Amino acid sequence: MWKWLHPYAKTESAYQLCSSLKPWLWGGALLSLAVGTVWGLAFAPADYQQGDSFRIIYIHVPSAILSMGTYVAMAVAALVGIVWQWRTAFMSMIAMAPVGALMTFIALFTGAAWGKPMWGAWWVWDARLTSELILLFLYFGVMALYVAFDDKQQAGKAAGVMALVGVVNVPIIHYSVEWWNTLHQGATISKFDTPSIAPEMLWPLLINLLGFALFIAAVTVVRLQNEILRREIHRPWVQQLAASRLEQKKVEPRHAV
Amino acid sequence: MIECLPIFYSQRAEQGLSGLIGNNLTCYKQDRCLFQNLNIHLQSGELVHLRGPNGAGKTSLMRILVGLTSPEKGGVRCNGLDISTPAIAKDMVFIGHKPGLNGLLSAEENLMYWSAQHEIAVSSTAIHEVLESLSLVGMEEIPVKNLSAGQQRRVALARLWLKPATFWLLDEPFTSLDTEGIAMMETVFARHVSRHGAILMTSHQSLSERAGPFRIEQLEYQL
Amino acid sequence: MRALYKGIIKRDLELAFRQKSELMQPLMFLLVVVTLFPLGIGPGPDTLQRIGPGVIWVAAILSSLLGMERLFRDDFADGSLEQMQLSGLPLYQIALCKIITHWLVSFTPLLMLSPLLALFLNLTLSMYVALLITLLLGTPVISLIGAIAVGLTTGLQRGSLLLALLLIPIFIPLLIFATSAVESAAMQLPYGPQIAIIAAIMLVALALSPFAVSYALKVSQN
Repeated sequence: MWKWLHPYAKTESAYQLCSSLKPWLWGGALLSLAVGTVWGLAFAPADYQQGDSFRIIYIHVPSAILSMGTYVAMAVAALVGIVWQWRTAFMSMIAMAPVGALMTFIALFTGAAWGKPMWGAWWVWDARLTSELILLFLYFGVMALYVAFDDKQQAGKAAGVMALVGVVNVPIIHYSVEWWNTLHQGATISKFDTPSIAPEMLWPLLINLLGFALFIAAVTVVRLQNEILRREIHRPWVQQLAASRLEQKKVEPRHAV
Repeated sequence: MIECLPIFYSQRAEQGLSGLIGNNLTCYKQDRCLFQNLNIHLQSGELVHLRGPNGAGKTSLMRILVGLTSPEKGGVRCNGLDISTPAIAKDMVFIGHKPGLNGLLSAEENLMYWSAQHEIAVSSTAIHEVLESLSLVGMEEIPVKNLSAGQQRRVALARLWLKPATFWLLDEPFTSLDTEGIAMMETVFARHVSRHGAILMTSHQSLSERAGPFRIEQLEYQL
Repeated sequence: MRALYKGIIKRDLELAFRQKSELMQPLMFLLVVVTLFPLGIGPGPDTLQRIGPGVIWVAAILSSLLGMERLFRDDFADGSLEQMQLSGLPLYQIALCKIITHWLVSFTPLLMLSPLLALFLNLTLSMYVALLITLLLGTPVISLIGAIAVGLTTGLQRGSLLLALLLIPIFIPLLIFATSAVESAAMQLPYGPQIAIIAAIMLVALALSPFAVSYALKVSQN
């Protein structure tokens, strides 16, 4: 069943796959982000309680969901790398890490910006914001561990182990923080508790979620290509690639003249 | 254009053959290819001197052959069994760059704990005898960090006397030994080989005739 | 079993007692940090009682990070670790033995020091009992999870700050459940659930960590 994936354990074919995926991912990301954001910000109806300030969910919720999702994806990549000894799996894991951290940061930033009108404070130790913050620390840990090693292959494996330890911890952290929150603040009305959301509000949210996911994938693919090139700079196929690129550049101006 | 090429081919080893066999070994360090598709064969009754310039991957090859590191590609088998099989450890001694001695413990304690880990029944008088033959009399109780580098190396090499193993893999065993020590080690090597032992060692100095017949394998530096 | 006991546990205990100062320093640190809180926040007995469990746990986690590196650092640096790996003993068992000795050596003194800390921070007897139980069940988690990170960073020269960065977020649930157990005890409420969760975390860590540590050590040896 997974046989078709096997060739992509090789860096060269992974690079080719990235090249062919890249335009689709970027196109899809830009299209759905444009549609979702314009629909959400301009055309979706305002919330009867929060007015227009609720519209930040079109950024906040997708980034929050995908910050967790990216971490899980990193852990899956790490597991694949550890079990089947794929260099490209560790490379793609490390390509995802900063993108995921960025998503976490966006979720935290928009959460804080939303908190100001809602709670009157920039930062409240709300359960979900706190778990997002801890998630950001977990991302930092994985990235710091990767940077600390000189041997990037060793670095990938080490960061992979840490990502797996982290992913086991994410649900524990999530529930423990939630529990801690109810213990210390009593029942606060969580701003995210929207049991039923009107479909005209939901659709742009889903489109934006897709857009964010495609955007993460697109950036990951670009970063993965860079990582592969940087790591394999001495390999013949990279040098052939560079040579052929150089050729193209030389040819073009001649045509122009 | 830089391409990794196979460096040397001992005859291509078959599975189930006796001896220590590295098959199609490929090793990368810091994304640099040290060697690719390398085959190496160490049989009982032979002494192999692994040579090559600094950075050629002698130590990496050594660590792959004892199973400390796993190669990018290829595998190591010993007497037909995969190198990760615990039973193989009983028939092998590896002495690396690092002496494997804790500076706070004395020579005797270091060797006692090491023997316990390797499940060798050794009395402390036996350890004293070995240390004596290595001219370390009176040094048994001193913390190892207070010994000189050459003396520390001798304590590390004492393992060869304590553990009855066929395969000796020695990474630079002569570092900081004096000429007398080197001569003694060479006679010990010759004796071990004559008793159907097998030795793979690296050293930047050539072996003298005292070590008996030996084979040289050359490892080249590659970009 | 004999090889593990004589070769690893006895050796590590022996080594720990040869460097008593390294053993004592984290404890002194713990004591000093706990002393800082009444000075920084004010000596009101009620305030101290409220923050006490949190302070003790935070200080315990921080002080344990100081000595954590000892777990594999020396053995890795002098090559004893590679000799252990080549002994034919399974690496996960070696790791588990080293973790057990680490716990014995660094946390039993902490447990003995805990009555003094409880006095300093004005904990009641029932709070102290809860604290003791959480420490007994929770500190093994610190050793077990910490060993994974130590195993990963042991080949790096400057790993200690990185170790804190990696580990502190992971210990947050432990901190939450432990302090909440002690707070429940302060309010005369049952704290069984929290203890049960800590015990569960400990057992999961006990089951998985030795294997993760052995993988981490293999990565470090590469």
